[in-house]
Amino acid sequence: MEKTLTFKTKFFLTILFILVIFLLLLTANNKASDYLILILNLMAINIIFAVSLTFINGITGIFSLGHVGFIAIGAYVSSILTLSPAQKEISFLIKPLIYPLNVIQIPFLPAIIIAGLVAAAFGYLVAAPSLRLIGDYLAIATLGLGEVVRVIANNTWAVTNGALGLKSIPQYSNLWWTWGFALITVVFISSLVKSSYGRALKAIREDPVAAKSMGINVFSHQVVTFVIGSFFAGVGGALWAHLITTIDPKSFMFQKTFEILIMVVIGGLGSISGAIMGASLYTVGLEFLRVLEEPISIGSIYIPGIPGMRMVVLSLILIIIMLFWRRGIMGRNEITWDGIYELITKLKNKIVMRKDE
Amino acid sequence: MTIQMFFQHLANAISLGGIYALIAIGYTMVYGILNLINFAHGDIFTFSMYFAFYAVTLFLFPWWASFIFAIVLTTLLGATIERVAYRPLRKANAPKISALITAIGVSFFLQNFAIVVFGGRAKSFNPQLGVYPTQFAQVLKFRDVRIPLLTFIIIGASILALLILIWIVYRTKAGMAMRAVSKDVTAAKLMGINTDKTISQTFMLGSALAAVGGILWAMKYPQIYPYTGMIPGLKAFIAAVVGGIGSIPGAMLGGFILGVAEIMIVAFLPALAGYRDAIAYIILIVILLVKPNGLLGVEIGEKV
Repeated sequence: MEKTLTFKTKFFLTILFILVIFLLLLTANNKASDYLILILNLMAINIIFAVSLTFINGITGIFSLGHVGFIAIGAYVSSILTLSPAQKEISFLIKPLIYPLNVIQIPFLPAIIIAGLVAAAFGYLVAAPSLRLIGDYLAIATLGLGEVVRVIANNTWAVTNGALGLKSIPQYSNLWWTWGFALITVVFISSLVKSSYGRALKAIREDPVAAKSMGINVFSHQVVTFVIGSFFAGVGGALWAHLITTIDPKSFMFQKTFEILIMVVIGGLGSISGAIMGASLYTVGLEFLRVLEEPISIGSIYIPGIPGMRMVVLSLILIIIMLFWRRGIMGRNEITWDGIYELITKLKNKIVMRKDE
Repeated sequence: MTIQMFFQHLANAISLGGIYALIAIGYTMVYGILNLINFAHGDIFTFSMYFAFYAVTLFLFPWWASFIFAIVLTTLLGATIERVAYRPLRKANAPKISALITAIGVSFFLQNFAIVVFGGRAKSFNPQLGVYPTQFAQVLKFRDVRIPLLTFIIIGASILALLILIWIVYRTKAGMAMRAVSKDVTAAKLMGINTDKTISQTFMLGSALAAVGGILWAMKYPQIYPYTGMIPGLKAFIAAVVGGIGSIPGAMLGGFILGVAEIMIVAFLPALAGYRDAIAYIILIVILLVKPNGLLGVEIGEKV
């Protein structure tokens, strides 16, 4: 075993790292264009989505395809809670919003927390029956539950305004909120994964039957994972709603789950640092791929933009990753201070050896 | 609810159930052989509609020729997907989850490819275009029950397709190979069955059935857009699971149960009409909780 860093050093490095991010955000907030800020916001929200999904799918091995359902719940709850009563009266044309929701207006932070808690509660409700299923059955049942959320949102006019959706949601999400919550998500979930609880989750992923025989209560562990994942999905959904300011049931189609799954897979299913990288790469890559949809003129040659081309390329990338590079960027490894330290010492040794020769 | 209305709804329910059954069989066959939810199956269904549509409008084929053309092209599409996306994974002994994600990727690809190539706007598939004879739309009267001829054609065509399928699976050599492979791939290989060929044939057969379903669907609901197949595809998968995945009679039963439930619940409780798409999922969850392997499924124990 090589010499590793002490806890104190690692703690110090983490604080330093967070400070660097803080400074970068501060610069971005003051100097960057609105477009760049929007992308940075989306990146943080995608990180929340990807990390919470990889916690469920990658770490614990519950193949859930219903993530978008929890995102939708979070988005709706916090939007309804923060819209002003006057605004609600204007928006709800077909059926007025039910009492007491139509008179409540609460600040952003409690709204986000409540959004997360409601999503978590729903996660608990669906986890209990659906976790009795395994593998593909679970995937299809959770997919169905995500769709059910959308169908309900489309039809309960007195709560969600049905197909019309919610408009003029206050745009509270800014870099501090989104990155703040992204940081909380990452720190919380990664410390959970590192704890003995997380090791139990990984054991369940590898072999549920063996885990059970070692005395792990597989079912309750999975339920807790599902609830925590749903909570953060709800929080992310709330932040998302307050960033894009309009939501309707169509914003929560199954494709959203697809996208998050792509982020997770690019990074490596089962790695939190991978999920972060996947989400970042996806968000930025999606913007770069916009080039494909814009008309290009090279000299006298004019190529008209092809709408939808981005998604074609993206899905091809997903297939190619699965066929040739199944591990993704990180596989199941994590970036840790110890790992970086080890890498640096290795490099240093190499350089020293070169000098000796 | 009068008895006449009941029969009217029943005819509708059976025709919808027939289409679900056709798609469900494609799912169930692939699942039975590969243990893979072929998410792209719903999109194969969409593509068959586009093939039929363009055969009529672009190539000016007569309706029957364009239907055959669509079925052939869709069959080839199914075989290509298997060859390009699923076979390499199988060869690499990839974990099941990779195969599932690949299937989702293929589905995502087909949808967006359809948007790019065919456009996002809905295409209309109606008799005025000469897509199918106007006589099909004529309404038959049985006392007070008025049922469009199309409903009978859909029921008849689904039953015919199902009979042909049963003949292929239970009476031909290729069908025997398919059943052998679905029981045990390794053992089938040892017995000299070309498993790759058999799997490819399964995909082709499943896709051909999806094509028949797609064309019938497009005649019943004459709107084609890139996401048409998604919801019926998912529901058909649910039908396959409800019936017991891997079982062909199960898929048929599941398809009809779903079709009847959907139409009848909406007919008897119109207040629930908006929730129509959720009915299938609720049935799924209830069935899975009561009978985790589906109605006609085989008990598979947990492997230790």
